[in-house]
Amino acid sequence: MGLDLFFQYVVAGITYGTIYAVVAIGFNIIYNTTGIINFAQGEFFMLGGMIAVTLHEFMPLPSAIIGAVVITMFAGALIEILFIRWLKNPSVLRMVMITIGISILIRDMALYIWGNGVKALPYFTGTSVTSIKLGGVFVSPQVLWVVGISTVMVALLNAFFNYTLLGRQMRACAANRTAARLCGINAKDMVTLSFMLSAAIGALGGCIVSPITYVQYDCGTPLAIKGFTVAILGGLGNSTAAVGAGMILGLLESFSIWVLPAAFKDVISISILLVILFVRPNGIFGSADAAKLKEF
Amino acid sequence: MKVIRSFAAAVLLVVFTVSPAVAADTIKIGALLAVTGPASFLGAPEAKTLEMLVNDINKKGGVRGRKIELISMDTGSSPEKAFSFAKQLIEEKKVLAIIGPSTSGETMKIKNVAEEGKTTLISCSAAEVIVKPVARYVFKVPQDDSDVAVKIFDQMNRMHITKIGLLSSNTGFGKAGKEQVEKLAPAHGITVAVNEVYDKSATDLTAEVTKLKAAGVQAVLNWSIEPAQSIVIKNARQIGLNVPFFQSHGFANIKYAEAAGPAAEGVMFPAGKLLVAETLPKNDKQKDVLVKYKRAYESKFNEDASTFGGHAYDALYLILNAVEKTGGTDKEAVRTAIENTKGFVGIGGIFNFTPADHNGLDISNVGMLTVKKGRFAILGK
Amino acid sequence: MKARYMQVLLFVLSIIAIQLATTLTDSAYHLTQLTMTAYYTILILGLCMLVGYAGQLSLGHAGFFAIGGYMSAFLTTHDLSPYKAQASVALLADWGVLTSRPDLYGGSLLTVNPWAACIAAVCLTIVVAYIIGGPVLKLKGHYLAMATLGFGIIVYRIALASSSLGAADGISDVPPFRLLPGVEITGSSSARVMNYYVAWGGVTLGMVLLLNLIHSRVGRALSSIHGAEDAADAMGIPTARYKLKAFVLTAVLASVAGVMLTHYNGGIGPSEASVMKSVRYVAIVAVGGMANLWGALIMSLLLNFLSLRGCFGVYDDAVFGGILIIIMLFVPDGLLRRKVFSDIKGLFSRNTPGEET
Repeated sequence: MGLDLFFQYVVAGITYGTIYAVVAIGFNIIYNTTGIINFAQGEFFMLGGMIAVTLHEFMPLPSAIIGAVVITMFAGALIEILFIRWLKNPSVLRMVMITIGISILIRDMALYIWGNGVKALPYFTGTSVTSIKLGGVFVSPQVLWVVGISTVMVALLNAFFNYTLLGRQMRACAANRTAARLCGINAKDMVTLSFMLSAAIGALGGCIVSPITYVQYDCGTPLAIKGFTVAILGGLGNSTAAVGAGMILGLLESFSIWVLPAAFKDVISISILLVILFVRPNGIFGSADAAKLKEF
Repeated sequence: MKVIRSFAAAVLLVVFTVSPAVAADTIKIGALLAVTGPASFLGAPEAKTLEMLVNDINKKGGVRGRKIELISMDTGSSPEKAFSFAKQLIEEKKVLAIIGPSTSGETMKIKNVAEEGKTTLISCSAAEVIVKPVARYVFKVPQDDSDVAVKIFDQMNRMHITKIGLLSSNTGFGKAGKEQVEKLAPAHGITVAVNEVYDKSATDLTAEVTKLKAAGVQAVLNWSIEPAQSIVIKNARQIGLNVPFFQSHGFANIKYAEAAGPAAEGVMFPAGKLLVAETLPKNDKQKDVLVKYKRAYESKFNEDASTFGGHAYDALYLILNAVEKTGGTDKEAVRTAIENTKGFVGIGGIFNFTPADHNGLDISNVGMLTVKKGRFAILGK
Repeated sequence: MKARYMQVLLFVLSIIAIQLATTLTDSAYHLTQLTMTAYYTILILGLCMLVGYAGQLSLGHAGFFAIGGYMSAFLTTHDLSPYKAQASVALLADWGVLTSRPDLYGGSLLTVNPWAACIAAVCLTIVVAYIIGGPVLKLKGHYLAMATLGFGIIVYRIALASSSLGAADGISDVPPFRLLPGVEITGSSSARVMNYYVAWGGVTLGMVLLLNLIHSRVGRALSSIHGAEDAADAMGIPTARYKLKAFVLTAVLASVAGVMLTHYNGGIGPSEASVMKSVRYVAIVAVGGMANLWGALIMSLLLNFLSLRGCFGVYDDAVFGGILIIIMLFVPDGLLRRKVFSDIKGLFSRNTPGEET
């Protein structure tokens, strides 16, 4: 394998990895404040992309993206208020099934609204054939957009959780809900907020990635599964580790094509998920002690 | 006994409230189409076409004064549903004929059901096993995949291409094409250097096209019907793989060319004449039929007509012409009439059926198209 | 007689009543969907035991169904005649494992006979269930859900990626399964009534097996695991072993159902392994009342039957998603809760007091 080719695979891997990491971060935010895995996370991604494409027919690209993020954010809040807020101590089993049901319903609604066609936003810069040549490696400018925006997003999220009052309140809920409530934090609002934040991140992900991957009514579920794999790989709840884990999975998938037929690509990533679950359920970057503290 | 009776009564109540009452003296035609699910790219335009045509025909008074009753069922491209629905259409609804299913996997599973129920089945999927060997009641309207593959190979031969990379998706459509290409390539002096199958919902195929680039192929042939076929062109062009690019007839939907943008320029693919209906010469036999269908579909549904909807058109008119000819809805007579149809001008081409040929299309009905300035155009020699 | 056998008797009588009613009203075509429903019901009863009684969620049981169906379909359609000369094939033929039958083209096929294929499928399922079940059942909550979901997806992906399993087309032309002389599992209309009884007979057997199991020591142990696993462990109940056994048993039920439905339909496709199917089975168990075998049976009969008749149209998946949400939001113990259900039963069966469900 030539060096150029090697790096071409690396670029492909980073592209996949960034997409997965964005979905995984969405999982983590909700998990951290509620202990719920939101199986409908992939649908936020799809909704963001779809709404942005629809809005783009009436307005310029940046405002369409902002509009889509805001609308999806409110959709996230609505879902939380309708289906989750008023449940008293729901069991994990119940939450898994409810979010799976939500995911199916959103998908069917999207099919009803947008049909089964594919949609995509235009490339932010250049067109589908533009590529930047770095040495012998070709990179689409959109990949740079995706990586750039995702990096900024992770940095902002970190800042938000560490340095703002709201972010710290959310973290407090994650650490100990009862104690947080005793300190006067409205835990229920924090949960709604985490759904909004997570929906917004998903939607933004859907927008920036849609020129590369397109969006379609049923594109959420496969992404959610990859995103979940990454979230587990990095240790549930740990968003910085999710980025690293995303890269690992992305690169593995990208290089796996040398060894195995492409048709088995997904089998590999899910097998990794199972192995990690069996061997180190707290993730490769997580610590076993921390995982034990979390109640399931 | 009282207990049992009340239990049975409750169950039966459920069973029979579902059975619909049917108006007498209609021509009942069943349709099994994958409107949702992984093959909805095929099933949705087919179902829309049928709905539109049947409405139009009924508005004009039906066939021989009888209205058509279309019983369209969504199989979601799952064979077990196709099996259940086919039995239901044949035994319960007693339909005259069945249009569909959209995929070859489903068709193969209900072939025996149609034979046993002595009901004509006109499949909208292309796999050759459907009609080879010929089953008495089973027909298909799409062109053979082998014809399509041969057309592509002819073009490759003209361009002196001998080493290609083949990509296909993991659907019935991709699989059937892959098999034909593998089988027929050697006879045309073409070697398939790389042969990869990707997932139908793949979102980025850079790794796959990188492999093609590494193998130094002279052309790429992609056989699929999902959005992935636009992604693959983009990815190829982005990494600087600038060899001629061929697609299957699954590309025959302008949306895919639009989605790929400038990357789609120059892509070559085989297709029927529907896509270039307006630009056909006046003396073309199919022109009127094609233009009429295309305009009607596009104005009603506000989306581009595709050849897949055309399959449903062909299947429906084959049945209705047979009804017209035989004057009634005798299942056996209609089947025989379909089998003896000659010179039927449809969307897929001009059909000539015989007892030994239940497809009725020859290779002359496929042409090579290309993408020019974002629109489809006939490929010049 | 114990009350639970009265229930079974009542059930058998209603099966007969339904068949007679369809014959009397000249609507025997309903039996096709009822037969298919029966096979799904076998899987659902097993899943009900696993989810409802033992408290272990599985989002991958369609995977076991598909393993059974695909294994059996592959073995009974894969032509071995080119390898006739090989010693191993000859040996199999000597043992009576192989049968030859005419194919579509008028030639002859040498394939594994359905009984042998069925046994092979069940053995494979047991092996897979043990390998997967061991580590999976150590997990809890989301991890358990995701691991079983992952297993289901892997089976689906393998079915879709393997050309020997027909890739997206699946496997067609699966021959009938001759259970006994004169008794065949086949989709042919002439054998409709017989197949209806074979299928529901299978459900009855499964039901008796599971009813006995949940009323045995093992069943009580499983219930205790559901209630409080740590406490059960402390009481000296080998929880891991019981969970694994329950898991394997339900996997086998799913696999057998898969084998039989595949022979009935004459084929199988990847849709049988899809995640949506697994979710649908769980939805049916949930609406049936979680720990309520009879509830699961009735709901399976109703929902599968309506679905197979196409009553939900293009909203098939959405209906099951909606059911899942509504049940989980408002009646998380299931619609036909044990108490409510026994009340209703009480209305019907005044003669059999002293319920002990």
